[in-house]
Amino acid sequence: MSATQTLTPSMKRQRRADMRRNVFYLVLIGIGLVAPFVAYPVFLMKVLCFALFACAFNLLLGYAGLLSFGHAAFLAIGGYVTGYLLSSHPALTPELGILAGTLAAVALGAVFGALSIRRQGIYFAMVTLALAQLVFFVFVQSPFTGGEDGLHGVPRGDLFGVISLRSNLAMYYFVFAIFLFGFAIIQRAVHSPYGQVLKAIRENEPRAVSLGYNVDAYKWVAFVLSAGLAGLAGSTKTVVFQLASLTDAHWHMSGEVILMTLLGGVGTLFGPVVGAGIVVSLQHLLAQSPLGNWVGPILGVIFVICVLSFRSGIVGEILKSYRKNFK
Amino acid sequence: MTMIFGVPLAVFMGQLLLGLINGAFYALLSLGLAVIFGLLKIVNFAHGAMYMLGAFATLLGMRYLGINYWAALLLAPLVVGLFGMLLERTMLRRIAHLDHLYGLLLTFGLALIFEGTLVNFFGVSGARYPTPEALQGGFQTGFMFLPTYRAWVLVAAIVVCFFTWYMIERTRLGAYLRAGTENPALMQAFGVNVPLLITLTYGFGVALAAFAGVLAAPLYPVSPTMGSNLLIVVFAVVVIGGMGSILGAVLTGLGMGLIEGLTKVYYPEAANTVIFLVMILVLLTRPAGLFGKEA
Repeated sequence: MSATQTLTPSMKRQRRADMRRNVFYLVLIGIGLVAPFVAYPVFLMKVLCFALFACAFNLLLGYAGLLSFGHAAFLAIGGYVTGYLLSSHPALTPELGILAGTLAAVALGAVFGALSIRRQGIYFAMVTLALAQLVFFVFVQSPFTGGEDGLHGVPRGDLFGVISLRSNLAMYYFVFAIFLFGFAIIQRAVHSPYGQVLKAIRENEPRAVSLGYNVDAYKWVAFVLSAGLAGLAGSTKTVVFQLASLTDAHWHMSGEVILMTLLGGVGTLFGPVVGAGIVVSLQHLLAQSPLGNWVGPILGVIFVICVLSFRSGIVGEILKSYRKNFK
Repeated sequence: MTMIFGVPLAVFMGQLLLGLINGAFYALLSLGLAVIFGLLKIVNFAHGAMYMLGAFATLLGMRYLGINYWAALLLAPLVVGLFGMLLERTMLRRIAHLDHLYGLLLTFGLALIFEGTLVNFFGVSGARYPTPEALQGGFQTGFMFLPTYRAWVLVAAIVVCFFTWYMIERTRLGAYLRAGTENPALMQAFGVNVPLLITLTYGFGVALAAFAGVLAAPLYPVSPTMGSNLLIVVFAVVVIGGMGSILGAVLTGLGMGLIEGLTKVYYPEAANTVIFLVMILVLLTRPAGLFGKEA
């Protein structure tokens, strides 16, 4: 008897859904591959870096229910460590520099995670904000960050010592690969049994505790994973733009990533990507318009609108209407 | 000259006083945060912006309306408080039934709007507000020179903190407030207008921030970003003290100011960060905060 004959109708449906999803992913990857021939690659790289940053943040808020107000610290430490190493060791290849930056973010995330998960809810947000501010002051004062000036002229170098990243096109495909790698990790984590427990903790923490889960350990792993991926985004961003600055460490940055996630859709896989795309495009467009000085207040207004009447975000709303009309 | 651990007494006391004054601002701001948190259960991220608006109301009131310092001390908190009530009525109320993190996010958005808008009109460098005439100069104590205005800030802040404590712990209105903190639904069933109470509480908390802003106007440069940086430190103070008690908030605020002042004397590099380090220490040893009640 062949395997197809034993399939129940529900399994068939599931298989069709998986198939549709795979096709959807392939189409998106295809779009990503041709995008640099349609749009300006540097802009796309910026979007991808922030999309990865927002996806990492969303892993924590959307799936573990933890609102971190200090994710700028991880973006910045990744950027600074990578920038410092690549500038001071010309022999170092970019992928190793990025790896080092990511590991630094993982280490910082391990410490901050252990501290901040000791408090819940609003206190968690305040603790992460305060810890990130501590990091900000350390970056202002320590010699290796270049203080207020930041690090400039970080060499892009040759990938694996072979492929020159000086061309924006080569750089773009490298960034795209990194983004896909990070996104795949998040996708796997969310759909694994681990991700299910994480969601259970988000929905009802006392119940998860009473079911015997070591809630703190689950939260901590999510925090470290999120911090590491945020660091990966920061490291990559430094290589792309060849600079690392205090802007990345400022609490405004922590707020921006929250906005990207909220606008795109908290707890959806693609929401942060869409949100990052919109916010980065908006900043790009506004910077060239007479409203250039009003970016802050405009982002604030979008924030307020999102919280007041658009809490599912763009992708969340689309999913909602899709489920209503097609299922 | 008397020395304390290798530092001249006058310098030592001077830094301690500066620390105490910073502590007075921490106390006023964390007190307002605690009052708002008690009833609304949200952390008011716009608190720094309200402090800044208080200072700006003072500055602009003098510049364009000729309002003097003493009138501003009353009017600025009133205006900002009313503005806060408007925000509560039109926005915060609509999300009151949701996860309280949304309150934090909403007030964060509001803070971005206020700060960004004022930056466009006044820049970030900040303006000076003259010390009122009656409070200029200072007096020579045995060991140091004490500027009158700084003494006044300390006294005013402590008086207002005491007044707030008295109102909440010893008056009928305060009893309603405390009961509302415990169980708003039951209060409403007893015929107390809880929504009004919430609006007034938010207004009062915000007015405290604005009052701190007026006090700060002659001390620090009045700039649109003066509130946000201060607020993050105040958040750390609140995590250290816990938001459960009024007295706890005030004591922690003053204490942290003193610690900051001491750090400036002995290890100035860490002056910016010492409060965050204390926060880490408290999280490790007493996760609920020094005055916290939660397990």
